[in-house]
Amino acid sequence: MTETLIDKLDYRATFDCVQCGYCLPVCPTYLAFKKEKHSPRGRINLVKMAAEEKISIEDMREGIDLCLGCRACETICPTNVRYGDILMSAVEVLEENKSTGVIEKGIRTSAFGIALKHKKVLRLINRGLYAYQLSGVQGLVNKKNLLKPVDKFNQLNKAMPDVVLSRRISRSVNPFRNKEMSVGFFQGCIMESFFAHINSLAMKIMKKNGIQVTNIPTQTCCGALQHHAGEADRTLELAMKNIEAYEKYDFDYIVNTIGGCGATLKEYDKLFVPGTNWHDRARAFTDKVRDISQIMAMIEFDFSNEVNRRAVYQPSCHLENVQKVFSEPLDIIRKIPGLDYVEMNEKSLCCGSAGVYNILHFDESMQILDMKMNNVKQTRPDLIITSNPGCHIQMKLGVEREGLSREIEVRHIVEVVAEACGVMEG
Amino acid sequence: MNNNAMEKLKNFMGDRLLTEIDERVSYGYDGSFGQYLPDCVVQVLSTEEVQQTVCIANEYEIPLYARGASTSLSGGPLPVHGGIVLDFSQWHSKLEIYPEDLIIKASPGVITGDIHKLAESYNLMYPPDPSSSSICTIGGNLAENAGGPRGVKYGVTKDYVIGLEIVTADGKVLKTGGNTVKNVTGYDLTKLIIGSEGTLAIITEATLRLIPKPLDTRTAMIIFDDLYTAGQSISKILTSGVRPSKMEILDRNAINKVVDYAGLDLPREAAAILLVEVDGDPDVLSKELDIVQEALKKIGVDDIQIASDKEEEARLWQVRKLVSPAIVTSGYTKISEDATVPLSKIPDMFRKIDEIKRKYNLNIVVFGHAGDGNLHPTINTNMRDSDEVGRVEDAVEEIFKYAIELGGTLSGEHGIGTMKKAFLANEISDDGVLFQKAIKKALDPKNILNPGKIFPEPGEKRLVLQND
Repeated sequence: MTETLIDKLDYRATFDCVQCGYCLPVCPTYLAFKKEKHSPRGRINLVKMAAEEKISIEDMREGIDLCLGCRACETICPTNVRYGDILMSAVEVLEENKSTGVIEKGIRTSAFGIALKHKKVLRLINRGLYAYQLSGVQGLVNKKNLLKPVDKFNQLNKAMPDVVLSRRISRSVNPFRNKEMSVGFFQGCIMESFFAHINSLAMKIMKKNGIQVTNIPTQTCCGALQHHAGEADRTLELAMKNIEAYEKYDFDYIVNTIGGCGATLKEYDKLFVPGTNWHDRARAFTDKVRDISQIMAMIEFDFSNEVNRRAVYQPSCHLENVQKVFSEPLDIIRKIPGLDYVEMNEKSLCCGSAGVYNILHFDESMQILDMKMNNVKQTRPDLIITSNPGCHIQMKLGVEREGLSREIEVRHIVEVVAEACGVMEG
Repeated sequence: MNNNAMEKLKNFMGDRLLTEIDERVSYGYDGSFGQYLPDCVVQVLSTEEVQQTVCIANEYEIPLYARGASTSLSGGPLPVHGGIVLDFSQWHSKLEIYPEDLIIKASPGVITGDIHKLAESYNLMYPPDPSSSSICTIGGNLAENAGGPRGVKYGVTKDYVIGLEIVTADGKVLKTGGNTVKNVTGYDLTKLIIGSEGTLAIITEATLRLIPKPLDTRTAMIIFDDLYTAGQSISKILTSGVRPSKMEILDRNAINKVVDYAGLDLPREAAAILLVEVDGDPDVLSKELDIVQEALKKIGVDDIQIASDKEEEARLWQVRKLVSPAIVTSGYTKISEDATVPLSKIPDMFRKIDEIKRKYNLNIVVFGHAGDGNLHPTINTNMRDSDEVGRVEDAVEEIFKYAIELGGTLSGEHGIGTMKKAFLANEISDDGVLFQKAIKKALDPKNILNPGKIFPEPGEKRLVLQND
């Protein structure tokens, strides 16, 4: 038993942690919940204690469950602890240890287990069935009394974006390169369901600037949510499909507009055993993954419109801490004519969206969002720029909760750049 | 733990009394070694809460362990006998500056880095700068008398504390010192409490002294072919008439680790690198660096690079900053020591550590605060290899003993805690231990304040890194 738990949990990696505590001030859940078990150092210790059977598996649950997985701790860590790996190992062990019929599982199966894998379902969601989906989830949630008042979900609903119908991906794509730079677009399922217009703007911006953009029909969900939920098999299945789909083409980069999905794509190699053929193929894939801001940073823009706003930037945690994209979005934002960029305090602190965290742990998520909104309000912006759909919805929710929806608009960085260079929707 | 005591704690602490197992294990470690299990944790937010907790602990004779951010490298906050952990990390409500008096008053959970920032915003400076200052609490700094790189010019924590509010072992609240630098009224209890590692009283507020913030800094990097000259240079610089604000040294192993890790352009074959910072008026700084260069020339040292701008200066200090991450290999644990020796003995210490490294076949690099003889020999080891851990324990013991032999000390800035208590008498003699124990007994007769620290248990003669 000891043997297996030590193997299943990333016990070895816990020894990289020297318990210096540098991660504490950058951990949103430690700052919000004020307890050591809600810090990265605390969680790593819980995993170590569970592996050594000094505490039970269930004793790790609260600490691990309430981790946002933002991985800001990895960026600050002086000894390069693989926190993400330790966390995932614990999530998987907890998932295995869980009795059936728990709410979380319900939400996951209904919301993304089936849906995210099937593009048809996704398009249906996109066509307005989401409300029905969500009310199903909501009923489930209420029955279990996880979130008691209905208005919590109404708050989330309010923040949901207006859906723009996504178009079917064209079945016929040009397999040949005809431009100096050729990129494969990765649209992402949530993004394409709720923010199809942003994907469309991103492709237009690239095309307008001489980049060949191909949106291939064989792509599928990145697997992020399954991965974070500890479902290794499903994640692997999706990763292999995507690797297979993109390696057929001659792309310089695989480009996406979603900090979170991009991070999952960027870590596909971690799913395979080093030295295997699949690991090499995954590596070739991950080497090409780029966030849209990295591509936009390569473009010499000819901005035609001023964007006269006072803006803050809320980076996606996974864009920064996993994809290591820190400066590119800001470089672009600073170049936009008319835009007054102000840096908010604790900019890189997670907003509390974190995948489905704001659905599973609504109250905790709102505590974290409140910290974020305090920093937003101090800078008095009229625009919040985002780089990931989850953060986007959460920031809108934050603005809504503060009663500032008339004063502050939330827009994806692609939308802002599109406006500045005169790229229109439709 | 006694049920009545727990009930009483619950009454006034409410949900800031933590008793679940996942909470308790989370307050059972620090930056050193060993994992212990307290009976409960109280997250105190006021002097009254501390006082009430101490009264209960005193009544039921329960061990009390004060804990800040738990960055300690000596085991200071470890609850080695169970009992109550007093978590001070959330009590950061008071941070007040009185610029005209050049003082700051702070509650124990205030992060040291926040004190630096506040002082600097008034063009003032709180000099003690432990490398963990972005996370550690002032309470922990006071208890351990923390140091840092600036120690060579500005001294350590105790030099900047002029007053304390403390809770005594029998639950009385009293003040020591005051608001003035000069104060000779009665015994200097402030200095007695600072560095007593939470064994004599619990600190609930500090009055800290500030100084004007230096206008500017300049940095030089000096490269050495042999360790003896490197050691000689330290004294040479310090007697040249210039007082550097920082003097940090890296040995060949450390240099090579940094080169491997970050690809920096440093000479791999150098025996050591010395980073020297001077601070003050910009006009004076160039002159001071000239004086340093002249002094070193006399002993044949001329490989000196002086940073021409702030960017280059930052690059030089980056070298020192990168040592810690560079020496860590995945799966291995870092053991940082802080034996400190007289300046003239630094080359001897370097040589001895190199010898120990080969003798025990260990991965040891040496870096540290050269200007005050405070070296950090750091061992990278596999804690799951008990044979290797045994060799580490022997090696560390040898380092301690040699430091004392050279007229140095077991600990320059980390504290004795659990890590070094077995060797206390080697440095201060048996009578010295008795004298210190007499103070402890007078102030904490029931031994409830951080028991199991500083003083060795009967028969304890060895360093032990694993507690299970």
